[in-house]
Amino acid sequence: MISLYHYLALAAVLFSIAVAGIFLNRKNVIVLLMCIEMMLLAVNMNFIAFSRYLDDVAGQVFVFFILTVAAAEAAIGLAILVVLFRNRNSINVEELDSMKG
Amino acid sequence: MPISAETLIFWPAAVMLLGAALAVITVRNPVHAALFLVVCFFSSAVLWLLLEAEFLGIALVLVYVGAVMVLFLFVVMMLDINIAVVREGFIRFAPAAAIVAIMMTALLVWVVWYQQLGVEEFVKPAARSEGFSNTSAIGQVMYTEYVYPFEIASVILLVGIIVAISLTMRRRTGTRAQDPAQQVKVRREDRIRLVKVASEKYDHGQGTE
Repeated sequence: MISLYHYLALAAVLFSIAVAGIFLNRKNVIVLLMCIEMMLLAVNMNFIAFSRYLDDVAGQVFVFFILTVAAAEAAIGLAILVVLFRNRNSINVEELDSMKG
Repeated sequence: MPISAETLIFWPAAVMLLGAALAVITVRNPVHAALFLVVCFFSSAVLWLLLEAEFLGIALVLVYVGAVMVLFLFVVMMLDINIAVVREGFIRFAPAAAIVAIMMTALLVWVVWYQQLGVEEFVKPAARSEGFSNTSAIGQVMYTEYVYPFEIASVILLVGIIVAISLTMRRRTGTRAQDPAQQVKVRREDRIRLVKVASEKYDHGQGTE
């Protein structure tokens, strides 16, 4: 019997893997973007599981909006990445220090 | 105890999801990472179908696997990435990553699993009847109750299109492209100059030697 707990725990583990990925791939912006996509996926999984077990379709509407925003975010992030690579010839995060932040 | 179909689908999909997620963050080649992310999305779509979110399950495959991941792959292949440089420091960050991941997992699972959020009361509702349409159920609230957020989402997508195009478009110098606006704008005076030339006299029939 698969309960709500199973889905919540699965999403929690997926989220943690994505966080670990951000730590591991500190230099590769593309994989960082992929990790953010995985985090959003984990959140969406929670929304849909709750939507099912609470029998409320509003959670699915919210996931729809998250998908929309995530798609726009991926497109803009990749566009920034392309411009960055064109100007600096590198996607190494550690070289992106011209703003001295 | 007979194993239900739900269990039979859930566990393989969950294992595949987590395995693919681990592969995404550890493989060397970003192209392989993108392909493993596709596996991730596919197994998530399976789980979403299991949760009777059919519309979103299909939308995940169409939008993410079909569009976003292809975009990722295009960008990865367009950029000439030096994997050796990008990968250095991987081992150095590995312990910190492992510690953070294990602690986060432990905390989240502890909260979800052992703290008894009262989630136990949420018994799973009965499966939908055969004629039920998940798509129309979503549509019925999306176009009534959530019509404003829906419009805002469309504006966000429009902003995304404009930003992505304006960021990446560049004018090449030195190409010989036609500019129709310039061509249409041309006036007669810009192209033609009428010159009055004094006519020369030439005598016919003389000096034929």
